Amino acid sequence: MKHRWIVVTMMSGLVLALSIAEPIPVAGQGAKPYSPKRMADGHPDLQGTYDLATLTPLERPAGMKAVLTREEVAKLERAVKTQVDEGAKPISGERAAPPQGGDGSAGAAGNVGGYNTFWLDPGSTFTVVNGEIRTSIIVDPPDGRIPQMTPAARQRIAARLLAGAGQPNNDRGLETAPGAYDDPERRPLGERCLLGFGSTAGPPALPNYFYNNLHKIVQTPTTILILNEMVHDARVVRMNAEHLPKHIRKWMGDSVGRWEGDTLVVDTTNFNADQIRYAVQAAPGRGLFMVESLGAKPQDRLQGPSQDLHVIERFTRVADNALLYRFTVEDPGTWVAPFTGEFTWPATNEQIFEYACHEANYALENILRGARQRDATAK
Amino acid sequence: MLKLARNILPAFVAGLAGAWLAIAMWPVTTDAQGYRPPRLADGHPDLNGIWQAMNEANYDIQMHAARPALALRDGPYGPVPDAPVLALGAVGAVPPGVGVVDGELPYRPEALKTKQENQRQWLSRDPEIKCYLPGVPRATYMPYPFQILQSSSQLMIAYQYAGAIRDIHLKNPGAAPVDSWMGQSVAKWEGDTLVVDVTGLNDSTWFDRAGNFHSDALHVVERYTRTSADVITYEATIEDPNVFTRPWKMTMPLYRRQERNAQLMDFKCVEFVEELMYGQLRKKPLGTKN
Repeated sequence: MKHRWIVVTMMSGLVLALSIAEPIPVAGQGAKPYSPKRMADGHPDLQGTYDLATLTPLERPAGMKAVLTREEVAKLERAVKTQVDEGAKPISGERAAPPQGGDGSAGAAGNVGGYNTFWLDPGSTFTVVNGEIRTSIIVDPPDGRIPQMTPAARQRIAARLLAGAGQPNNDRGLETAPGAYDDPERRPLGERCLLGFGSTAGPPALPNYFYNNLHKIVQTPTTILILNEMVHDARVVRMNAEHLPKHIRKWMGDSVGRWEGDTLVVDTTNFNADQIRYAVQAAPGRGLFMVESLGAKPQDRLQGPSQDLHVIERFTRVADNALLYRFTVEDPGTWVAPFTGEFTWPATNEQIFEYACHEANYALENILRGARQRDATAK
Repeated sequence: MLKLARNILPAFVAGLAGAWLAIAMWPVTTDAQGYRPPRLADGHPDLNGIWQAMNEANYDIQMHAARPALALRDGPYGPVPDAPVLALGAVGAVPPGVGVVDGELPYRPEALKTKQENQRQWLSRDPEIKCYLPGVPRATYMPYPFQILQSSSQLMIAYQYAGAIRDIHLKNPGAAPVDSWMGQSVAKWEGDTLVVDVTGLNDSTWFDRAGNFHSDALHVVERYTRTSADVITYEATIEDPNVFTRPWKMTMPLYRRQERNAQLMDFKCVEFVEELMYGQLRKKPLGTKN
């Protein structure tokens, strides 16, 4: 049983990263169906702290089959472990500065030498669902890929980029996007400490593929709270309630829940317009290590949804130490078809710490200050 | 007598001075007078719900008369609103309040000077102005609702202000590994009262907009007691030997929000303070005129 944990101090917050591989009993394989522990109201107890880190990427890399054998996955997981171990080695103090403009890697912090892998928590195992070792979180369409965007959506996103209203990515050549450093509002939401970065905030709640993957669920008959460790993003799900009027927009959307049998169904609409814009650069298609170890190209196709974005999540307890998380994303104005994904949320005994981001956000101030310095020098 | 004995838990008393004891034995006048709260399946009172203080403690936890503004300057006939808040007029005035503490706060002399300086420098020093996490106990009586989520195995408080969160341990995980804005909370039940011990708080939060402050030695013991269908009586005992000569206590009712559709809405004020904090770093600053 592997159990590794790293504590990272980032800004003033504490980022707790861990990877853990606990055997999860597989539902559907035994003779008896799994019977979850229940709350006083009779519904399954979904509470706990969960570690969403997984090597399984959102989209299936080109040329891969949907399900791996134990031997195949062992080889891949070993390769990632080697890569992580190699990257976590201490760095010599006498090394030279990285080349101007970065070393060309796709790593964090703009390719000029950010965290080495000691600080990261991209996961160490592939997700296992119904006994299958999966190569993509997306299961519908069956090719494991996000459906094509509609022509209208492509036009919308292109126009937005041309107008300088969105950035494809914070780390890759952003300085060439028009006006990206002119105003705080132009910076990514993660950099502004408005939401956890990457694919963390959701919904759908996805692995971060970087670090800080812990989520916690607290459950009462009328309200269920889903807490993301990163930026203490807390989604309060009102049970059996109606959505807010369309003009009330919320960060992470407006979530209402209901039980369908033993499954919690959470329906989310009314996303904040800025979060929709943010999705342009959230790009959860990448898996940091998958990209390199499996030759998959980063995909930026989970981007630019419309204001009609609708996410349906389904939480089912499948074992005492795991939930199955399933989601469907609908937005006919953006994708030609809805798509569905699923992955297992293993429980962890690790503790969630406070992630106070804004309170010591020297990054945003210094990024803008640097840009103004550059403006002054350019004159 | 039995109730009193329960209140003075040995763990709390151990090693503490007589003043501490006196606080602990303060008659709990607001305790449930025969009120039997609804309970969870585990037998503990049900604190679930959306609650809010209805008082002026966030302006000033002490009894205070109304003032023209939080930021003042000398006028020819007494204090007037300082220039940066002048345009707010009556909206910027400080409403009077009966206070949530008894009498003067037991500041050490040098700490009292800091408090007074804080009050004069309120605009640049109050962490609320920059939408920083509010700390404990201030989170409780900010003018926003908060929601208690309680099950038999989990306890969490979600505050509307800044989306602050307190994940409250039901089992003590040991000393907090590092100080934080909202601290580390460990809860236990003393009879029908939820007692939350809060440690690991940093020195960057305040008690109110009047400059009342603390150090990183702050230790807060909160007591939540349901005293009627729609009221929690809240007490917080404040101990900070760096700033105060003895422990002191605040008390207030917390009321259940009565709206049929009461709920926490978004108040991520981080985005609302960007102009204040970073506006001067825009490529084209907006300037002081509009």
